[in-house]
Amino acid sequence: MSFLVFSEDRELAFQLLGKARELADKMGSEVAALAAGSDPMEYVSQGADKVYTVSGLGGFNVEPYGAAVVEAVKAANPSTVFMGATKRGKELAPRVASSLGVGCMNDCSGVELEEGKIVVERLTYGGSTVAKETSTSTPTVISFPPRCFEKLEPVERTGEVVELELDLPEPRVKVVESREKPKSTADLESASIIVSAGRGFKAKEDLRLLEEIAEILDAQIGCTRPISADLGWMDQWVGISGKKVKPSLYVACGVSGTIQHVAGIRDSQIIVSINSDERASIHGISDYSLVGDIYEVLPALTKALRERA
Amino acid sequence: MRQIVLLKDIPDLTEIKLDSQTRAPIIEGVKRRISEVDKRALEAAIRLKEKVGGEVVALSLGDDKTKTALLEALAMGADAVYIVNEPELKGLDTNATSKVLEAAVKHAGDYDLIIAGEMTLDSLSSQIGPRLAQLLDIPQITYVKELNVADGKVRAVRDLEDVDEVVEAALPAVVSVVREINEPRIPNLMSIMRAKRKPQTVWGAGDIGLDASEVKSQSYVQITSVSAPKVERKQIRIEGESVEEAASKLVEALMQEGVI
Repeated sequence: MSFLVFSEDRELAFQLLGKARELADKMGSEVAALAAGSDPMEYVSQGADKVYTVSGLGGFNVEPYGAAVVEAVKAANPSTVFMGATKRGKELAPRVASSLGVGCMNDCSGVELEEGKIVVERLTYGGSTVAKETSTSTPTVISFPPRCFEKLEPVERTGEVVELELDLPEPRVKVVESREKPKSTADLESASIIVSAGRGFKAKEDLRLLEEIAEILDAQIGCTRPISADLGWMDQWVGISGKKVKPSLYVACGVSGTIQHVAGIRDSQIIVSINSDERASIHGISDYSLVGDIYEVLPALTKALRERA
Repeated sequence: MRQIVLLKDIPDLTEIKLDSQTRAPIIEGVKRRISEVDKRALEAAIRLKEKVGGEVVALSLGDDKTKTALLEALAMGADAVYIVNEPELKGLDTNATSKVLEAAVKHAGDYDLIIAGEMTLDSLSSQIGPRLAQLLDIPQITYVKELNVADGKVRAVRDLEDVDEVVEAALPAVVSVVREINEPRIPNLMSIMRAKRKPQTVWGAGDIGLDASEVKSQSYVQITSVSAPKVERKQIRIEGESVEEAASKLVEALMQEGVI
């Protein structure tokens, strides 16, 4: 059982290398990586035995990147291909698998060896359940999002660097323009405290109740899907189709707790729910629940936070 | 312009309950609906048709229940529905499913655009769009939140993590859309009545030139178990004589947790 690792995101590639190295050491097998235009020896110090390089890849485009990964797979002949499940990676992995005519398990949350077989875990049914999956094809393509695994402490190791000479296809999808997104979008996923708004808020102006608390706690503000997609009060939402967050504290205010939303906050350390409906499902999945009207509770909470010792 | 929209009918996620012993989802008997993001793919196709004309057909790999679930697609404005219903082709993985859809697309006639949701909400695999683009050897445009067609080209805005990417490609192409692209219409009674008179064609594997056992042998990924993770939360209810008292207790608890 051998591995090939690729992600267009270097940090993520190193995290995948860390896991591949751990599994390969258990099985006494090898780890190869495809480096995307950066120092190949760094991939060696992060756990790769062999590093393939390709020149002329340029900025991400799924067709040439797909072709490069397929060629690296043919050269390395791995039994398992680990890829990064960024959005770009999630469209790349199935394309690579399709070119090879093999199985793919996309956007997994974990991997184990069970009786010598690779078994992954993935969210299914809108994020409410976890499926265990395994594949019989060789190779099998498996992708993981950022921060599933930790990268290794870099060590002095020896490894082989192989340059692949490829005739990369001209991309048929032309990028006309790339518009930077507002910075706040990125902040939510790395925030350590998030206060979030649900449909319990009756008007956009009322979000200031939350803004005050966010300011005191130095927290980011999130919201549920309807607040963003339907009402347009905020840019991005937390949930299975929005941002998956993992703060140390998540305070859900006027949030009902749909399975799609809950799937996005599952990794929070402490969840607090404030909702006037005592049967709201958010109360059932929180550490601390307060049944009350957010229009009364939030001002009281602001005051209590200001007065805390 | 002729558009093929890929639809999947899945169990209504809001109706799924858990088995109290195994924590496995109970799918049996749950009403099936078109997966939410797929519905937005259909809405996007209908809006394009309203602008530039042509035809919108829906295509699905399903079973005996799919016909009923896909009536909604016809009511929304699809002109026809094609369903691949083959008992031997149940529970296929994405590799095999994409091969069935490839054969069905080729059998469904000419097309300019194939539109799908970025993922179906049951399996969340995000694979069918990219796989189909690869198999049909046409451009692959994923995560689309704005879609336009003009002068034989598709122009789209892709919703990526760091950027909104404006892209262009020649037709035909495969497009997968994100939820944000639109709000799907709710069909009125007249459209619902009319939907029942629109054509629904059902194909077996042989009708689209496939050998079912050959396809099945290319289904590699198996699901060995599905269950809801146990939520290990403290579930402490904060109460007080007044709102102020409850708020203070909450702050106290959070300070003890060391999170504020």
